Amino acid sequence: MVSKAKQLVRGGIGALALLPWLHAAAAEPAARPESWNLLNMPKGVTSVSQNVYDIHMVVIWICVWIGVAVFGVMFYSMFAHRKSRGHKPANFHESTKVELAWTIIPALILIVMAFPATTSLKHLYDTSEADLDVKITGYQWKWKYDYLGKDVSFISELATSQASIYGSAPKTEFYLEEVTEPLVIPVGKKVRLLMTGADVIHSWWVPELAVKRDAIPGFVNETWARVDKPGIYRGRCAELCGKDHAFMPIVVNAVPEEEFNAWLAKKQSETVALRALTEKTFTQEELMAKGEAVYGRTCAGCHGAAGEGVPGVFPAIKGSKIALGPVADHLAIVVNGKSGTAMQAFGAQLSEVDLAAAITYQRNAWGNKSVDNIVQPVDVFKVKNGQ
Amino acid sequence: MAHGPAKGIGRWLRATNHKDIGTMYLWFSFAMFLLGGAFAMVIRAELFEPGMQIIKPEFFNQMTTMHGLIMVFGAIMPVFVGLANWMIPMMIGAPDMALPRLNNLSFWILPFGFSLLAATLFMPGGGPNFGWTFYAPLSTTYAPPTVNFFIFGIHIIGASSIMGSINIIATILNLRAPGMTLMKMPMFAWTWLITAFLLIAVMPVLAGAVTMMLMDINFGTSFFNAAGGGDPVLFQHVFWFFGHPEVYIIIIPAFGVMSAIIPTFSRKPLFGYSSMVYATAAIAFLSFIVWAHHMFTVGMPLAGELYFMYATMLIAVPTGVKVFNWITTMFRGAITYETPMLFAIAFVILFTIGGFTGLMLAIAPADIQYQDSYFVVAHFHYVMVAGALLSSTAAVYYWIPKWTGRMYNETMGKVHFWVSFVAFNVTFFPQHFLGLAGMPRRYADYSLQFADWNMVSSIGAFAYGASQLLFLYNVIATIVAGRKVSDPKVWEGAEGLEWTVPTPAPYHTFSTPPAIK
Repeated sequence: MVSKAKQLVRGGIGALALLPWLHAAAAEPAARPESWNLLNMPKGVTSVSQNVYDIHMVVIWICVWIGVAVFGVMFYSMFAHRKSRGHKPANFHESTKVELAWTIIPALILIVMAFPATTSLKHLYDTSEADLDVKITGYQWKWKYDYLGKDVSFISELATSQASIYGSAPKTEFYLEEVTEPLVIPVGKKVRLLMTGADVIHSWWVPELAVKRDAIPGFVNETWARVDKPGIYRGRCAELCGKDHAFMPIVVNAVPEEEFNAWLAKKQSETVALRALTEKTFTQEELMAKGEAVYGRTCAGCHGAAGEGVPGVFPAIKGSKIALGPVADHLAIVVNGKSGTAMQAFGAQLSEVDLAAAITYQRNAWGNKSVDNIVQPVDVFKVKNGQ
Repeated sequence: MAHGPAKGIGRWLRATNHKDIGTMYLWFSFAMFLLGGAFAMVIRAELFEPGMQIIKPEFFNQMTTMHGLIMVFGAIMPVFVGLANWMIPMMIGAPDMALPRLNNLSFWILPFGFSLLAATLFMPGGGPNFGWTFYAPLSTTYAPPTVNFFIFGIHIIGASSIMGSINIIATILNLRAPGMTLMKMPMFAWTWLITAFLLIAVMPVLAGAVTMMLMDINFGTSFFNAAGGGDPVLFQHVFWFFGHPEVYIIIIPAFGVMSAIIPTFSRKPLFGYSSMVYATAAIAFLSFIVWAHHMFTVGMPLAGELYFMYATMLIAVPTGVKVFNWITTMFRGAITYETPMLFAIAFVILFTIGGFTGLMLAIAPADIQYQDSYFVVAHFHYVMVAGALLSSTAAVYYWIPKWTGRMYNETMGKVHFWVSFVAFNVTFFPQHFLGLAGMPRRYADYSLQFADWNMVSSIGAFAYGASQLLFLYNVIATIVAGRKVSDPKVWEGAEGLEWTVPTPAPYHTFSTPPAIK
């Protein structure tokens, strides 16, 4: 309590000192700055972000100086032309010259601002000649990254635990800013980012890259980033996308090119290994153990940690017709989703092994006891491929 | 002829008197203001610290949505209709509004519209949770089942606005006293005339948008559903074609209030009356051709971005003219600082700050960083709260002696002002920092670097909320036991027809038109 009070006092002082807020953020080292000092847009690590930062500062300073002039006159008048000082009111109420001046001068200032803004926007829109294409798909409430033509794709979702969010576990340094697997990109290479949405509109925002682009179902938007400095850059979903809008962060790991190539080769071999696993037959215990993890990560957000659902919005799985009925229906709804509802087509998001495990878990957990209660990856593969 | 009000509840249910209907609008909007404010308190309480403490994320989304809808459609729009009802006939020398029965209807459907909207909070699946901008497909395919109530609520509210606008236009164009030419009208009447045209132009567009949603949800069409060949971005274009003029609908009557109050307490005529009229008309015109600046990250072609950026920047010119005119009105006046003037000065300062951030948001490349962040939240609260809300508060203090024949308590008014002013800035100024540092809007929870400023913002919000209760108390105390005033002019520097009728204003005014010099 005392330290909170101290913080508040410091905050009050921080708020009074207006000028530092224009510079403080840029001067901070890469370590997490104290949040009182987080006052301005980051300069970022791409040419676009630095460009945007410069325009932002120019416009701020123009506004500040106009503000000083305009409010200066106003405060002078408020002080000098008070009735209590015996000031007698003048009676003028028109002056074409003055009015022309304060129409034309602002218009000229605007034209001056428009030039750098136009140049910067053109630069931002130039997505040509990319070295690497990454497709980013927004899902409720996670991101999927596809390295086009590289046979690598994965889901990236929040790694912070529910316990931490709801206060039963401590909040660590990167609370709500940590993901299961970051987007890895090479430093110094132009990466084209292709955005789309699988369900509702999301928006992929990483401030230090000055990239924010809406991920819209039915559209593929393009933007790009060339990161100059290796490091970890964190961002968030910026477009309201439902319940867990605040819980689908973005982490970008920019690494030197050799490191990136090594990472890519490793991911490619994982893809191959996963395909091989699809043919394996698992025991129920193996599937249940894996399924519990997949369920907690992917399904529990809507259907509840114990399959209880949210009445009126998300159906329960515990005791549901689908989980207790024929396995074909269960597979169909999980793999293909249910159109017109929030139930997504998870066939595009999860591997055969994960899907088999999750479905097996749903059919056996919380007292659900189905007749045919085990699903193998190969069954999922058949449904995915229409066999 | 000069009969008084009817007895009992019938006076209100069957009201056709512009003053009675104006009073009902004012009380209704104040009730909605407290309701929307209560939702804001829930939001700020949850955001006081990182982590989910009080509510669940799904309810948080309902709170942000309902806060926006109630404040925009329930508090701010009706309060200006209430002021228009009370003041426009008295300002232009008319005996009443031109269409008194329509006036009754346009008020009385409002409570039903908002009941539909608010009732959804108690239904299975909860209330609307897709933001007050209700972007498809979150508001269609993925909406809770109560969305149909929301759609009909919006329809009713929109119908009310259209009827109110028709009435205001008919009144101003037909019932001005002989000799009151358009260019002699008080600015408040002018701003409302322009606003009414905006409303008639865009409320049907909003009705169209929600009707398309209704079709998509219930009748299998795919206006906004990409899987069926529709276009989610079309929704945004249609919405903002309504939505951008809408923000001017909210602020333009506030300009009119300022143009009444500032000259009164500066004891000097409004500077640049005709340029004020032209600037207002220019702002209204521009409001129709800038809508996609709300959509700079949607993936428009470069040419579209550039056009909407340039057009939006242009708005700064007529808006600047208005601010310069108000300041020049004060310049070399004889200024006193009664409560309405304090609110008016705060309006000029804070609205101008909101205008500066608006200009920043217009710069498309920089908007890539601002879009959908708390910077935007700060910006539009500087315009909506400091603009529309402070000006309507100023209007109540300014005209309440005329309405009731009683003077409000000046000390309490000043306390209300200073607490509001400080608390407002403590709430919303830090939100600029949060947005620039990367905190998106509509977040139920946030990472640790945003903790400090969020806590400051919440503390400010609680103080701001509490200060409005003081306002409520002051208004009631004035009506019940305020010091009696009988001078028709009330304020030394007041000019205009409304200050020529007795105080308090009798039930019927200008039954015979006044002579205009």
